[in-house]
Amino acid sequence: MPRFARNLLFALVVIAVLYGIDYVLLNGVGSFQLTPYVARVVMLAGVAVTLAVSLNLINGYTGQFSIGHAGFMAVGAYSSAYFTVNYGERMAQALGGGLHGAFIEFFLATIIGALFAAIAGLVVGVPSLKLKGDYLAIVTLGFGQIIVVVLNNIEAVGAARGFSGIPIVKSFFWIALVAVATIAIVYNIVNSAFGRALISIREDELAAEAMGVNTTRYKVMAFVISSAMAGAAGVLFAHCFDGYLNPKSFEFLKSFEILIMVILGGLGSIVGSIIGAITLTVLPEVLREFAEYRMVIYSLLLIILMITRPQGLLGGIDPFKGWRARRAAKSRTEAEEITAEDTRHAVSVDKEGIER
Amino acid sequence: MSASCLNSLPFFLHPSSLVSLIPVSLYGNFPLVNGISLGAIYALIALGYTMVYGVLKLINFAHGDVFMVGAFTGYYLANGLGVRAASSLMSNPEASSIGRLLSRGILGGGVAEPSLVTALIVMLLVMVICAILGVIIERFAYRPVRKYSRLTALITAIGVSLLLENGGQLVFGADPKSYPQLIAARNISLPGGVTVTNQDLIVLVIALGLMVALQFIVYRTKTGKAMRAVSFNLQSAKLMGINTDRIIAFTFALGSALAAAAGVLVAIRIPRIDPLMGILVGLKAFVAAVLGGIGNIPGAVLGGLLIGLTETMVVGYLSPTYKDAVAFAILILILLFRPTGLLGSVAQEKV
Repeated sequence: MPRFARNLLFALVVIAVLYGIDYVLLNGVGSFQLTPYVARVVMLAGVAVTLAVSLNLINGYTGQFSIGHAGFMAVGAYSSAYFTVNYGERMAQALGGGLHGAFIEFFLATIIGALFAAIAGLVVGVPSLKLKGDYLAIVTLGFGQIIVVVLNNIEAVGAARGFSGIPIVKSFFWIALVAVATIAIVYNIVNSAFGRALISIREDELAAEAMGVNTTRYKVMAFVISSAMAGAAGVLFAHCFDGYLNPKSFEFLKSFEILIMVILGGLGSIVGSIIGAITLTVLPEVLREFAEYRMVIYSLLLIILMITRPQGLLGGIDPFKGWRARRAAKSRTEAEEITAEDTRHAVSVDKEGIER
Repeated sequence: MSASCLNSLPFFLHPSSLVSLIPVSLYGNFPLVNGISLGAIYALIALGYTMVYGVLKLINFAHGDVFMVGAFTGYYLANGLGVRAASSLMSNPEASSIGRLLSRGILGGGVAEPSLVTALIVMLLVMVICAILGVIIERFAYRPVRKYSRLTALITAIGVSLLLENGGQLVFGADPKSYPQLIAARNISLPGGVTVTNQDLIVLVIALGLMVALQFIVYRTKTGKAMRAVSFNLQSAKLMGINTDRIIAFTFALGSALAAAAGVLVAIRIPRIDPLMGILVGLKAFVAAVLGGIGNIPGAVLGGLLIGLTETMVVGYLSPTYKDAVAFAILILILLFRPTGLLGSVAQEKV
């Protein structure tokens, strides 16, 4: 129970801090005012963090190469926007409107977006995760394209004109909450038995299978979770900015952008993904004058990075956990020695038993 | 693609014409030839994917962009060679529709007399230039990462692809460009009431010629034999004294040259190019390679033709808006039911 209480307290503190930041970002404190532009960039960075960290679960920890993340984001964005536009507003009214109604409406929208994206992840994942590396990459890419084409053809969500009139919830709080939740979920997953199964798949799929890991099942689960989180990011993207969606914003380039964030930060590093996401969102704003050179520089950087440091800037490094990892490794070798001794002992006992 | 191809038919130039509302299927076998010639172009690009995958087990994402560079190189070469009258009329955005009418309708296909010879010269030069580009990409981007995991190579390929796309936007400009007309559009009536455009036929013949040439190189020359050896087993090939680096570079040169040829051929059919044209076409060609069985040369040709045909059929009979989803739907189906592709052999996984 104390552990539960501690976690609860921690969560409450996080929520309070996020709420404080939200207030400062949007309203300012005294003379300290942020321009809407800066607030927007910060919010975009928050969405990017969610996307990058969730993609890292698949690409970094499970070692499966998915490059259609924007597709799941689109599913989340469109499904939730469809909900809020057609039902959510009325529901919020029925609940008495105001902050209370908007809260429930937006909460439901997030759940719906994540749920639909998860279903899409399941539909894509089940057939394609039986495939190895490259094929998965191309299937996810194809899926992303199919989503865009389909969205371009659905009149109910505005087809190619785009979907407008989505109720806007200008809230950094929600974005940060989803981002923090994503980080917490991914962190807890990779540090659990489930996560170790995923990492074993990344390291050697055949060996993992031989050790009894149902690789397809685990891969699909990771994929679905990651898709759901991308869907939640899509919900934020739809509701926290312009109240307008266009299928064009979810094409390959968006997927590649998320991918570059993950790779830049380092595959299999949560901190890396966060830094990558923030850097690649803020940098283009800072380098606005060199906008045309931006992508050229990105791509050159990507190639150079792959040649010189293929694991990404922070790949294999976990700045907050390095010492703990070393200590864990040391105790693990000790444990192994002990286990080995135990086994020898057990075997000799068994032998004695048999001999007797 | 078919829709813009129809633009090359004179009566389609009339904007108010209701003909554009009639399904393509009403023009006899037109979509068939159209589809095959589109498929031949996909096949040419798919060959590059399949050959590189054969030797390096790498999806060369940049391949579609080499195709784009090919189209642009052709554009500048053709302008340089004097096929410029049509383009100068057409590249002016205000006069574009009138310009197009003038160049095609009134003057009968460009002022600078487009001909098959010009087209072939342009194509050969472009092939040489892009072969060099392919070798450069291999040497400076892929070779240094060959010692790392395949994932690293894949990411590098994506990087090269993004570099070519964005570099292309920087160098060539982001707006679409109207291609100088290399070959004047003409309708040819074949016996049996079938009408095809000469462009489709020329594209088809050139593409088939290139495929035959490739077949010759791969199966009748020593280098081709070495290529096959490397794709069978790189390590063993090296032990047998094959200079694998040279063979890999040669494979890239060959694939890039074919993609470049495809770039010029595409521009003959649809004279409109932009720096991002390589993404979708490249992906579809990759799907074609997977459909036929990746690493399998006849498979790439078969896959390309099938994708081209299906796409044209979907545009003709269903809805043009779905044309870009067709290839991927096929891909997902093929991966579900026959992951090794139509002609691919089942590889046993060794422990």
